[in-house]
Amino acid sequence: MAIDFTAFTPLSALAGGALIGLSATLLILFNGRIAGISGIIGGLLRPQLRAEAGDVGWRVAFIAGLLAAPLVWQVSVLLPASRWLSVAEYTNVALVTVRQVDANSALLIAAGLLVGIGTRYGAGCTSGHGVCGLSRFSVRSLAATLTFMAAGFATVYLMRHVFHVV
Amino acid sequence: MNIAFAFLAGLIFGVGLLISGMTNPAKVLGFLDLAGAWDPSLALVMAGAIGVAVAGFALAKRRQNTWLDLPILLPVATHIDRRLIGGSALFGVGWGLAGICPGPAVVLLGTASGKGTMFFVAMLAGMGVFEWMEHIRHSPK
Repeated sequence: MAIDFTAFTPLSALAGGALIGLSATLLILFNGRIAGISGIIGGLLRPQLRAEAGDVGWRVAFIAGLLAAPLVWQVSVLLPASRWLSVAEYTNVALVTVRQVDANSALLIAAGLLVGIGTRYGAGCTSGHGVCGLSRFSVRSLAATLTFMAAGFATVYLMRHVFHVV
Repeated sequence: MNIAFAFLAGLIFGVGLLISGMTNPAKVLGFLDLAGAWDPSLALVMAGAIGVAVAGFALAKRRQNTWLDLPILLPVATHIDRRLIGGSALFGVGWGLAGICPGPAVVLLGTASGKGTMFFVAMLAGMGVFEWMEHIRHSPK
């Protein structure tokens, strides 16, 4: 294992991570809900969804916030005030590369299907188990997180170093 | 009011993903590629997020209702079973194939990325497959 120091962005990673933690904190302390993205989206697809119980609005609003983030960020980095934030330097670059999804279409569709099915059977993803679950010291979430991390490491190893795809 | 806070939380989450570089699949794959040029950034994103959220959940555990007087719904499941491990393993394989997990998938959709949209639609279809399987499982024989 060799750390790629040209790609490693510790400050923006910690700063962005702290914002994700703040978001999870806000959602549990104001809305009383877990900021798990797969659960928030998947909950809208349940046939037994009860609109009268107020279960739809917050989900749609959270997703709308996620969707609006690139626009809001794009505008805010143009503001002079953002110049104090050294992270803005990173992000200007990040926003250019953010849309470069390199995987080919067949791979993307297979990946999307697996992520959709897997996160619902596993009852959570990187946010629900990885961030919220570990922050609650949930052993169940730790088991899930270790499993998807291990599967992710193994998949990339096979793709890049055994079969030389991508 | 709760709608406004949910929107704000989603927005902050999305900006956090953008700042940390986690909407860039190449950066996520750089973390998952232990045998290549390894980019540890994702571990620090997790550390930053957990560092803040630990305080939030510690506060939430001591309360019945939120600051908006809504019930606090913390997960109650503790069992580790085949569904949890099998599902998480499938998710990890999909994550490793494309470098995209559900949060970044929504943000990528918000950037109007064609391939991001393709991934998002496939992910929704996958979630639909789960609901369909559940429906079959629970319907009377």
